[in-house]
Amino acid sequence: MIDNIDLNMVNWARAQFAMTAMYHWIFVPLTLGLSWLCAFYEAIYVKTGNDEWKRLSQFWMKLFGINFAIGVATGIILEFEFGTNWSNYSWMVGDIFGAPLAIEGIVAFFLEATFFAVMFFGWERVSKRFHLFSTFMVALGSNLSALWILVANAWMQYPVGMAFNPDTARFEMQNILEVISSPVAISKFTHATSSSFIVGSLFVLSISSWYLLRNRHVRMAQRSIVVAAVFGLLSSLLAGFTGDESAFENANHQPMKLAAYEGLYNGESGAGLVAAGIVNTSKKVGDDQDPFHFEVRIPGLLSLLANRSPGSFVPGINDLVYGNEQENIMGVDEKIEKGKIAVSSLDTYKLAKKAGNIKEAESALATFKEHQNYLGYGFLESPEEAVPPVAISFYSFHIMVILGSLFPLVCLAYLFFIHKNTLSKQVWLLLPGVSLFFLSLIASQAGWVVAEVGRQPWAIQGLLPVTVARSNLTSGTIQTTFYMFVFLFTILLIAEIRIMLKQISIGPKES
Amino acid sequence: MIGNLDLVTLQHIWWVLCSVVGSLFLFLTFVQGGQTILWQVSKNEVEKSLIINSLGRKWELTFTTLVLFGGALFAAFPKFYATSFGGAYWVWILILFTFIIQAVSYEFRKKPNNFLGAGTYEFFLLINGSVGLLLIGAAVGTFFTGSNFTLNDYNFVTWSHPLRGLEAAFSLFNLSLGLFLVFNARVLGSLYLINNIDFKPVPELEYRLRRACFSNFTWSLPFLLYILVSLLLMSGFGLDENGLVAMVKRKYLANLIGQPWILLILLTGVVLVVLGVLRCTKNMKSSGIWFAGPGTVLVGLAIFFTAGFNNTPFYPSKVDLQSSLTIFNASSSHYTLTVMTYVALTIPFVLAYISYVWYAMDKKKLGTEELGSDAY
Repeated sequence: MIDNIDLNMVNWARAQFAMTAMYHWIFVPLTLGLSWLCAFYEAIYVKTGNDEWKRLSQFWMKLFGINFAIGVATGIILEFEFGTNWSNYSWMVGDIFGAPLAIEGIVAFFLEATFFAVMFFGWERVSKRFHLFSTFMVALGSNLSALWILVANAWMQYPVGMAFNPDTARFEMQNILEVISSPVAISKFTHATSSSFIVGSLFVLSISSWYLLRNRHVRMAQRSIVVAAVFGLLSSLLAGFTGDESAFENANHQPMKLAAYEGLYNGESGAGLVAAGIVNTSKKVGDDQDPFHFEVRIPGLLSLLANRSPGSFVPGINDLVYGNEQENIMGVDEKIEKGKIAVSSLDTYKLAKKAGNIKEAESALATFKEHQNYLGYGFLESPEEAVPPVAISFYSFHIMVILGSLFPLVCLAYLFFIHKNTLSKQVWLLLPGVSLFFLSLIASQAGWVVAEVGRQPWAIQGLLPVTVARSNLTSGTIQTTFYMFVFLFTILLIAEIRIMLKQISIGPKES
Repeated sequence: MIGNLDLVTLQHIWWVLCSVVGSLFLFLTFVQGGQTILWQVSKNEVEKSLIINSLGRKWELTFTTLVLFGGALFAAFPKFYATSFGGAYWVWILILFTFIIQAVSYEFRKKPNNFLGAGTYEFFLLINGSVGLLLIGAAVGTFFTGSNFTLNDYNFVTWSHPLRGLEAAFSLFNLSLGLFLVFNARVLGSLYLINNIDFKPVPELEYRLRRACFSNFTWSLPFLLYILVSLLLMSGFGLDENGLVAMVKRKYLANLIGQPWILLILLTGVVLVVLGVLRCTKNMKSSGIWFAGPGTVLVGLAIFFTAGFNNTPFYPSKVDLQSSLTIFNASSSHYTLTVMTYVALTIPFVLAYISYVWYAMDKKKLGTEELGSDAY
């Protein structure tokens, strides 16, 4: 199937995809969260008829628009990068993966694109109510687009509703409802959107805190904070709940990812959760070194989170790589063996069919079907290859969780002092509060690092490693475009930040 | 109901749907045309801002239609998506690059402290409208002239030309198609602007736009003629009854004779474009875009239909004929096409709300009073 794997090229393709996705994800969570806040502010304006709420909505919309433009710019490349960088992937799973992308275009992008123009230029051209409707449609469109792309991503992490067709050598969809309603898709969508709502809320808190510290636009800042802090608090609770659900799904469907981000090498019953720690980076799979230089462990909690049962067994990296008969876990070495049989019998089937040797083709096909669930493992060279980078996964996960736990408390604090009418005096809260937006972005990016680094080496979990998913390009070509996009996106990011800061310093219009 | 349709019917339906989206994109390239015509017709900052603000209310529709074109091809013909994007790497990367720089330019151009200056963002718009469209035209041209790829037994692509798709721009036919798209977009751009802007404070701009419409139409004609004559005379790629691809003399002429309705669509399209231009330059009306726009859609449909129907590989390979992609061998499974056809039932609804918003937002023409601090 694949003769020579140029790992250098594959890693550049990975790096490019990661870089463009991370740039895109600077802007997306803000779009997802701030779009709803703009809609809420405008709804209050329409309900009360108070012009101050209108000016307030328009101010946040202006910042939304600046962010939206660069989000669109960094997004288009991602849709086509599946083809440019992962051409084999696009063919092998296009029958399933293409559908959500096309549906995203039809049902979501046009909502955003059409009503965005009304939101920005329609104040004098359409009725108040239709304008409000349009703002809600932009928010709905953005979040619907997240739904479809996250359904697609979830399917890569937990491939369901499909079957491999040996004649076309691709996976084909059998049931789209299974794809859409898979528990991984639901937890991914709810977790990614709720955490993005936090990012939108904290963006408002950061800027409003700055105004309060400077004693500017005080009333507008306070009004913005009330709505954003409530939205942020509710979203934090939802993000906590859905995050727990995500970990549970990982334990069920991607136990290696869970073991990696917990730094768990030897599985145990009643496994403890590492609350914080310093990873021993010289630790290799299978050796006797301690995985941590230092760690704080909460007994039994990992088993509870992973299996909803405190005494249950959570497999570690060693169990998953080398197998654990007692717990009935098949090792990667055995899976590789079965996978190699699947790959070679598929080759035999293809050749025999071409030569018209029906009997041999049938027998090869039977062998293939018996081993097809391990197809992806047939492309791995060693069992250790199935282990994702532990340190990156561990740190990203813990940064996300620690920051994520902080956000509801911060929102509560803002609400408390607003209620007491003393927020402007709480410099100890407002000063660090200016950095909340950046902290939320770090948490959000870290979440994606857990999800995507933690599933390596798989493009499709267990079925297709990235080494096979790649396009037939040289590493030089991808390096060139990597630097091209780094350069362009960095320039655009600098422009965006400068424009944004200028608009913030100009501030909302006062009556 | 849709599930009862056979695979071949669904493949035809999806080629029609992808063609419709692609052709609507060609209509909406009036945005790109406007971006390049900006340099020709605006003589001062007010005129420039009027044009950019008029286009700025529509650019996302064009952009989104292009993205949907990619998405629809991915869902319906994944082998094309995999082969072309992974194979003709450079041409697609450069096209995308021009759309990335377009996407920020409207929003950033006039904002204070924008780092690169208004002139740079206007230049980005020019690049998108010229290089971007030219390369799209060249890429579509390969539907007729063929590309340099082979597919192995697992349908993995190998591209045999070092320019990875950019070589398409060095064929006279492809280049002509690209240049035709650029000039036609400029015709559409001037027609759209004439329809959308209130010229009372800037009467000379209207005059210059009408003149530009005519001159760009004149420039587009030789390229259109070259494409049409070449199409009728050239050898094309044909699929025989054994499923083998071979070069066939006057294949595309045969396609038009064999399917005269495509010829009818093509001729109607050309006539509508001419009518649109005449309304603008002779009758001094502002509704030319509503003739030339649909005309462009019809011309686009005729091009895509000629490329894909009548047992014609729509993405042929010059270096290995049997690797060529047809709507039959490149499509998704019966199940996926069925699901996607149900999804496509929402398209009329989408078109309806786009039309309604377009109507509501453009009832009143764009005047200079809207070029305040919130404008592009």
